[in-house]
Amino acid sequence: MIELYESQRAMRAMRKAAIQRGVVAVLDVGTSKISCLVLRFDGTGRFAAAEEVGRMAGQAGFRVIGAATTRSRGVRLGEIEAMAETERAIRTAVQAAQKMAQIRVDHVIACFSGARPRSYGLAGEVDITGQTVTENDISRVLSACDVPDIGEEREVLHAQPVNFALDHRSGLIDPRGQIGNWLATDMHMLTVDGVAVQNLAHCVKRCDMELAGVGSSAYVSGIAALVEDEQELGAACIDLGGGSAGLSIFIKKHMIYADCVRIGGDHVTSDISMGLQVPQATAERIKTFYGGVVATGMDDREMIETGGETGDYEHDRRKVSRAELIGIMRPRVEEILEEVRARLDAAGFDHLPSQQIVLTGGGSQIPGLDGLASRILGQRVRLGRPLRVHGLPQAATGPAFASAVGMCLFAANPQDEWWDFDIPVDRYPARSLRRAVKWFKDNW
Amino acid sequence: MRPVIPRADPSPSRLRYRLERMRLTPGYRRLTRLGLPLLVVAGVAGGYLYDADRRANIADRIAEIRRQIETRPEFMVHLIELEGASAGVQEDIHEIFPYDLPASSFDFDMAALREMIEGLPAVARAELRIRQGGVLRVAVTERVPVTLWRTRHGFEVLDISGAAIATVEARTTHADLPVLAGSGADLAVPQALDILASATALKRPLRGLVRMGERRWDLVLGDGRRVRLPEREPVRAVERVIVLDRASDLLERDLVSIDMRLSTRPTVRMSEHATEEWWRITRASGLPAISSGTETR
Repeated sequence: MIELYESQRAMRAMRKAAIQRGVVAVLDVGTSKISCLVLRFDGTGRFAAAEEVGRMAGQAGFRVIGAATTRSRGVRLGEIEAMAETERAIRTAVQAAQKMAQIRVDHVIACFSGARPRSYGLAGEVDITGQTVTENDISRVLSACDVPDIGEEREVLHAQPVNFALDHRSGLIDPRGQIGNWLATDMHMLTVDGVAVQNLAHCVKRCDMELAGVGSSAYVSGIAALVEDEQELGAACIDLGGGSAGLSIFIKKHMIYADCVRIGGDHVTSDISMGLQVPQATAERIKTFYGGVVATGMDDREMIETGGETGDYEHDRRKVSRAELIGIMRPRVEEILEEVRARLDAAGFDHLPSQQIVLTGGGSQIPGLDGLASRILGQRVRLGRPLRVHGLPQAATGPAFASAVGMCLFAANPQDEWWDFDIPVDRYPARSLRRAVKWFKDNW
Repeated sequence: MRPVIPRADPSPSRLRYRLERMRLTPGYRRLTRLGLPLLVVAGVAGGYLYDADRRANIADRIAEIRRQIETRPEFMVHLIELEGASAGVQEDIHEIFPYDLPASSFDFDMAALREMIEGLPAVARAELRIRQGGVLRVAVTERVPVTLWRTRHGFEVLDISGAAIATVEARTTHADLPVLAGSGADLAVPQALDILASATALKRPLRGLVRMGERRWDLVLGDGRRVRLPEREPVRAVERVIVLDRASDLLERDLVSIDMRLSTRPTVRMSEHATEEWWRITRASGLPAISSGTETR
């Protein structure tokens, strides 16, 4: 796992450097839109608790100084499909955000939703060398986790220690300094297709910027949309995006599961387009203005002009009732939610103490979705909007921006990852130069 | 009838993107906002001043404005007010004053002026100040003449520090001042004054003091007899002479000089006539003769 350490730590160092310089961009590469926020870190509380396990890099105090959104191109199902198109879209968003911020940005933290995320629960245990648990013991127990075969061409996106157990006590957050003999940890690891990450890195590089971090969209929208008690007691965040619906389960402020359903709002749009024989743009517009999932008697009388540009009067003056539109949309939305339900069941969500479900993302704005979702997912469903952050424009406060806002929080308050801890000394290659340097540092 | 609207790609081209980024670079922004205007201003100014005639013209105009300000009546000095200076010194100061009044006070070099006035022999210290109303006030502290020093060329009037104030031809010009002589006498004027002050108790006319070998004094009495004083504590020696005089009428006797240089052994030299008289008396009375002409106490 040394290579993983290297690449992730390189990105982490870059992120730290960017935050030190004070400006970093956050990029949400979605299927329907690409949004870019420019953050300025004003330095309050920066590195305040650098030694703590809970908040390793403890940065806070940032402000959004630039925000821009553009229609996404070349992205399908949350994955980059046409590089040049995506690159142009990223360029548009970044340029507009830079213009608003009036500053040039060189580092970018990006997130995407697709690329088939897969969750693994890892467990490791180790005997403690001394009397009390030290930093080195934590490094050792983390590297003692038996890594499953994640498959060819897969990359680890997140690897977070979720729980520590010392002797017979479990549920420790920070075991350092405690007395014990035997230390065990549970770790959550999220892997994605490596190609997707490489494509994203390439696109960002083509925009003359450096990729300083990658996040999973499901994870970061969970950070943004779940409130503190939900994160603590157990909740699932469902990010209904354009190309895919991401879901992440949180308990004790840690993500323990993340997955992605490869159906999203774009499929609803294409259903409408096919059902009503209208172009995609019109279908999108009709969906946004008149969409819904619960039909009432009133909806039979509300007629929607579909329009058209064929020149055929009959064709161009067609009208559909809103009930018809709802009749097209509902099965697809139900399909998405049922798929999500299946993933939640597979993850064992019904064993959690609290089974709060939060719907966010652009798709959660469909009127009547909460009623439908509570019928499929369970009684405790609410619609979530992202946390309010400093300086965010009003236009970017909707649920569609949950992952963008989540990326801001992720950049400001990153959770501990595996690679935040030093590689245990015995894992270094023999006669390593770094070992000599470490010896010098320790002894002089 | 379908209107064909070509949708332009909203994304910037790579070149435009890069240019925009360059324009947003802090260094570039600083350059355009501060550097370029400065460069333009510097260029325009430099181009204008490149011509030597224009430079001279500007310098002339500045000098003219400066002259106008300096010659305003508020800055002109019309009068010198001398304080504490005797008539002769006043005349001297007026003579050496280098400026033609009225003159602008900007032209005055007060330090040099002060040095010049203090350079006059009769002036110990001078304070200069330009008062309101265009008056240059000069407060002069003059040197006080305390003694005359006779040299080859005549008499010099000295003050307490030994500085020569003036040269006089005749002793009578300053009849009240004591006379010193000998080279190096001007370097020990205070000591000489002390000796003279104590010597007044002799109640005899004094001619003056002679500096011997630039280290000690000879007190010369009015009839030319000398009292040789030691290098150290000459005042004490004078007092001893006074005591001797009171006790044994020393100065009434026929002496040429009294040597007080060795405090344990004051010596007198008798005159030739007195010596012969002494020999005659001793030979007549059969007392043993003394070979030398000295007497010890």
